[in-house]
Amino acid sequence: MKKIEAIIKPFKLDTLKEALQTIGVTGMTVSEIKGFGRQKGHTEIYRGAEYHVDFIPKVKVELVINSNMLEQTIATIMAATRTGKIGDGKIFVMPVDSVTRIRTGEKDEDAI
Amino acid sequence: MLKKILLTVLMLAPALALAEEAPPTIENNAAAIALVQDHANYLWTLIAAALVFFMQAGFAMVESGFSRAKSAVNIMMKNLMDFSMGTLFFWAIGFGLMFGTSSTGWFGTTDFFLSGWTPDGDPWVLAFWMFQCVFAATAATIVSGAVAERVKFSGYLIYSAVVCAFIYPVFGSWAWGSLLNGSGWLEGLGFIDFAGSTVVHSVGGWAALAGAIVLGPRLGKYGPQGEVRAIPGHNIPMAAIGVFILWLGWFGFNPGSTTTADKSIAMIFVNTNLSAAAGAVAAMFTSWLIFKKPDIGMSLNGALAGLVGITAGCANVSPSSSLIIGLISGVLVVLSVMAIDRVHIDDPVGAISVHGVCGAWGTLAAGLFNMGGVTAKIITTQLIGIGAAFFWSFGCAYLLFKVIHLTMGLRISEEEELIGVDIAEHGAHAYNDFVTK
Repeated sequence: MKKIEAIIKPFKLDTLKEALQTIGVTGMTVSEIKGFGRQKGHTEIYRGAEYHVDFIPKVKVELVINSNMLEQTIATIMAATRTGKIGDGKIFVMPVDSVTRIRTGEKDEDAI
Repeated sequence: MLKKILLTVLMLAPALALAEEAPPTIENNAAAIALVQDHANYLWTLIAAALVFFMQAGFAMVESGFSRAKSAVNIMMKNLMDFSMGTLFFWAIGFGLMFGTSSTGWFGTTDFFLSGWTPDGDPWVLAFWMFQCVFAATAATIVSGAVAERVKFSGYLIYSAVVCAFIYPVFGSWAWGSLLNGSGWLEGLGFIDFAGSTVVHSVGGWAALAGAIVLGPRLGKYGPQGEVRAIPGHNIPMAAIGVFILWLGWFGFNPGSTTTADKSIAMIFVNTNLSAAAGAVAAMFTSWLIFKKPDIGMSLNGALAGLVGITAGCANVSPSSSLIIGLISGVLVVLSVMAIDRVHIDDPVGAISVHGVCGAWGTLAAGLFNMGGVTAKIITTQLIGIGAAFFWSFGCAYLLFKVIHLTMGLRISEEEELIGVDIAEHGAHAYNDFVTK
């Protein structure tokens, strides 16, 4: 099992959710986050004074999948969220030791 | 049939009775007509007072929208209290200084505690007091925005009392005393300030300048090399609704200053609106030109600048002149906001530029565009009034803020400012459950 953390542009969330549903992903966790990478923030103007916004608002999508779905899922996320401009985000993948569904006590693949 | 005849006779009876007297004319109904006019004057003056009162809500929205979320409780408290404290002190002292009998032309000496009213006397003094009370509170509340996010609440309360008891009424007596029992030296010269570009707005604006200077800028407003840093306001839609409320309130502020329900209010209404619209448009294009984007904060300030600019001349300039006055106000306010920032006077909402600078411009414009013609004497008198307002209001307010600063302290501590004036001074958040910075 793998956990995927995708940092994406906020306006791409709906597109991504629909794309993931079509390949059979049944759940995900979403949070509003802020951060910077190569995009390095941007400049805004307030009453004539420019100021730098270092931490840009992004959305983090977390999902756990069977390992055999990994490449397909990554490809789907890329297709759904890529604009080609700086700031499109990143996809992190990490191993998952176990999963338990709290309601039924089901384990691992059955619990995803 | 009988019933019908009876009914007809009954209906005609009053008319027949009347016909025996003289037919109604303007002359023989003069008393009744005057009474109707009198009632209309009361109604218009008090409706206008209610509109001007609502401007307090506008100021509260503009000021809190343009400052950070961690200062919103404090701004609401200041706006509530400068009106409430102001009302009490204007009732006790201010009104008498402004409109009481004056033998010197410098201040009134009667009518304190609304003593001009008796239960069986003319209630006009009550309607007039109500209208003047909301004006005094407007002058007081202008300062709130300029000193936002760093002023000590107790110090601001004292300022509110003094401005409504003393600073505003004394100047007001010079220009407007004769509207009731007083007589001022400035109005004696022929000074034109119909609804208060100088009396209300410049007086408030120059007091705001004094407050901002004595306090110093907010932490982090200017960088180590003196560069201007933006401290963005936390709610621009709220600031915008505040400007719309103020614009609405101004339809009481200017046309209501007739305190008479007559046909003259139509032109004053139109002038007020034209100048506000021209101010907003001019400020938008000025900011677009300078910053490459049409700036919302500046455009909102532009509408207010146009309103302040037309306040003095709204009854004695033409609609097309009003448009020009508004356009110039809109350009002026943007340049003034930038200039005041450059000299490191931190005015989070632009109160000094909107009320002080555009109030002075509007007062001069009331002379320049006077429909009755312009003479050197008119311009000189306008300039004397503008100068007198600056020296009186800035001088008194500077002294007042300095004394508060040296005795009880005018500014919250650095630590308190970082946590936010809301928690430091009131122990409360404006937006519970949200992170504020």
